[in-house]
Amino acid sequence: MRVAMPVDKKNMDSSICVSFGRTPYYLIYDTNTKKSEFIDNSAATSPGGAGIKAAQILVDKKADIVITPRCGENAANVLISADIKIFKSNGSSIKGNIDAYVSGKLNLLDEIHPGFHRHENGF
Amino acid sequence: MRIAVLSGKGGAGKTLLCVNLAVVAKKSTYIDCDVEEPNGHLFFKPPITKEKEISIKIPEVDKEICNGCRKCVEFCNYNALAYAKDKVIVFDEICHSCGGCMILCPEKAISERDKVIGKIKVGSFEEVMVLTGILNTGEVSGIPIINELLLENRPDKNRTIFIDCPPGSSCSVMESIKDADYCILVAEPTLFGVHNLNMVYELVKLFNKPFGAVLNKCLDVENPAEEFCAENDIKILGRIPFDKELGILNSNAKIAVRESKEYAKQFSSLLDIIFMEARNEAATNT
Amino acid sequence: MKQLLILSGKGGTGKTTIASAFIKLLNAKAYADCDVDAPNLHLVAGPGKEPTKTDYYGIPKAEINSEVCIACGECKQRCRFDAIIANDLYKVDYYACEGCGVCQIVCPFDAITLKPAVAGELMLYTDKDRVFSTAELKMGSGNSGLLVSEVKKQMKDASDNIDIALIDGSPGIGCPVIASLSGVDMVLIVAEPSISGIHDMKRIIQTAAKFGTRIAVCINKYDTNLENTERIEKFCMDQGLSFVGKIPFDSDAVKAVNNGQSIVDIDCRSGRAVKEIYTKTIKILLN
Repeated sequence: MRVAMPVDKKNMDSSICVSFGRTPYYLIYDTNTKKSEFIDNSAATSPGGAGIKAAQILVDKKADIVITPRCGENAANVLISADIKIFKSNGSSIKGNIDAYVSGKLNLLDEIHPGFHRHENGF
Repeated sequence: MRIAVLSGKGGAGKTLLCVNLAVVAKKSTYIDCDVEEPNGHLFFKPPITKEKEISIKIPEVDKEICNGCRKCVEFCNYNALAYAKDKVIVFDEICHSCGGCMILCPEKAISERDKVIGKIKVGSFEEVMVLTGILNTGEVSGIPIINELLLENRPDKNRTIFIDCPPGSSCSVMESIKDADYCILVAEPTLFGVHNLNMVYELVKLFNKPFGAVLNKCLDVENPAEEFCAENDIKILGRIPFDKELGILNSNAKIAVRESKEYAKQFSSLLDIIFMEARNEAATNT
Repeated sequence: MKQLLILSGKGGTGKTTIASAFIKLLNAKAYADCDVDAPNLHLVAGPGKEPTKTDYYGIPKAEINSEVCIACGECKQRCRFDAIIANDLYKVDYYACEGCGVCQIVCPFDAITLKPAVAGELMLYTDKDRVFSTAELKMGSGNSGLLVSEVKKQMKDASDNIDIALIDGSPGIGCPVIASLSGVDMVLIVAEPSISGIHDMKRIIQTAAKFGTRIAVCINKYDTNLENTERIEKFCMDQGLSFVGKIPFDSDAVKAVNNGQSIVDIDCRSGRAVKEIYTKTIKILLN
């Protein structure tokens, strides 16, 4: 499985970034080959639609799973359309989360927050 | 004559001024360009005679024709398009409706559909024609609605048009004042008010609009807005004193000039000064 | 680090006045002004020194190379934002341009390019152990969600070991407000007891509720309309929202603000009232 995580720095000791769409980097970790790849998140500087662009980057990188503390609904829409599962991270350690995922201890992310432009019905 | 009322800061008194001036002017039109948070209609409560939905064009991709080249996804500067599992996903709320993806698609797989982003309501209160624009929550830009509001009424020698602008100096404000003949800057007597007054002052200068200031909620203390106007040679059209009664009426969405003769007189005199000043400016500018 | 955000829905309710009081009472080491359209916090809580400034780039703007342009008019015909001005020379209306890139692709002579455009400026004040992050959007700019995110990020990155950070938000319910809500622990809503104020307060509560953050409500200038004040209190009770207090109208507050001070720097009614609100709010935040 190719697992993607938003991370603050380009090394395995880095913490997981609190933002999905505007994280500086992503880690793509392959649970089979145990290889890690760090990529720059070019979506971070987009004035708008950062989550969408970030999600597209991960789709194109053939991620199967995303582990993240939060995720907006537009980004989630793209990931889900590509059959990518989104898990809620637990704590900020990369290794901790990979281990938790592998042992089935992570939960799916079910609080998808609204995008920056959201349709609401009147109050 | 088209008069736009603006302020850098929210809560300075644009709507208070606009609504009451429109009523004392009698034959007038009130246009609420603050389409994100329109408040004027709360005062007029006008019976609606006409409603018009405003829509913009959103792309639609024909899955049968699309060959997955992704030129549209790469082109969109707003990231409103994504591609997953052989399908283009369109994000309506991010789309700026530029039409670029449709032009670009080599297979001609993209067409456009209308998406409603808000509406315009037309009504009246006594002799005032009331135009309200409302943007649906979550939509990117109110500019198409503001555009439509300003087109909906043509300059009429017999009617004064009062344009209630959004706060700030963003692109929506620029759109609202673009056809104005005269601008009124409303300022409150605080440091915050002056800081933001400066922003709209720069804006009206940039657009070469004749303008004057109305100082609202004036207290018996030093008024930084007064100083600002003096330093920059800005004509002060009038001063509305801080007045608890007026505040209460306004907070209950009551039209002050209809509630008391005193207020009717106060706003009438202010209107006379505004007309005089506006006509002078128009004469010197032609 | 816990983040407390102050919002209102309607403009002019007193967010910044209350934010500056909280900053003083907290002796806050990290605070930010996210009202990037019209930042005011620095006028009553600025640390005096010169800030570090960074350009903020928003959407790019189109530019026509007049040496290559043959005035065919294709760009003007296709531009949906009325941003091409056709006089003797064809020129782009900088303020109307939305950076979509259509003119660039339709120009048969490649005469148009999109250039990065500075849409605002980020400012970071650091003073001994304090951090103050703010920004200002340039006139005529659109969407400022990214700039707001940058302001918050700037504050976080410069903060070390800080318990509570205070964020002064912007009016409205749009993009910049949503950007400021992302990741905060609690929102304090400053309500105004007027019909317009209540109308806008409901919309901001609805917006904030979607983020699942703790919400508390207070009323400013409550004695300008006691009936509406009651309505707001009842609304909070019905909705299960924490009502943390009310502040009377106070002309001394205006004097304090105009002197660049917070209302707790002088002895006044509004200052005393805000102290109570502060105590209740922080209790909820740290619970």
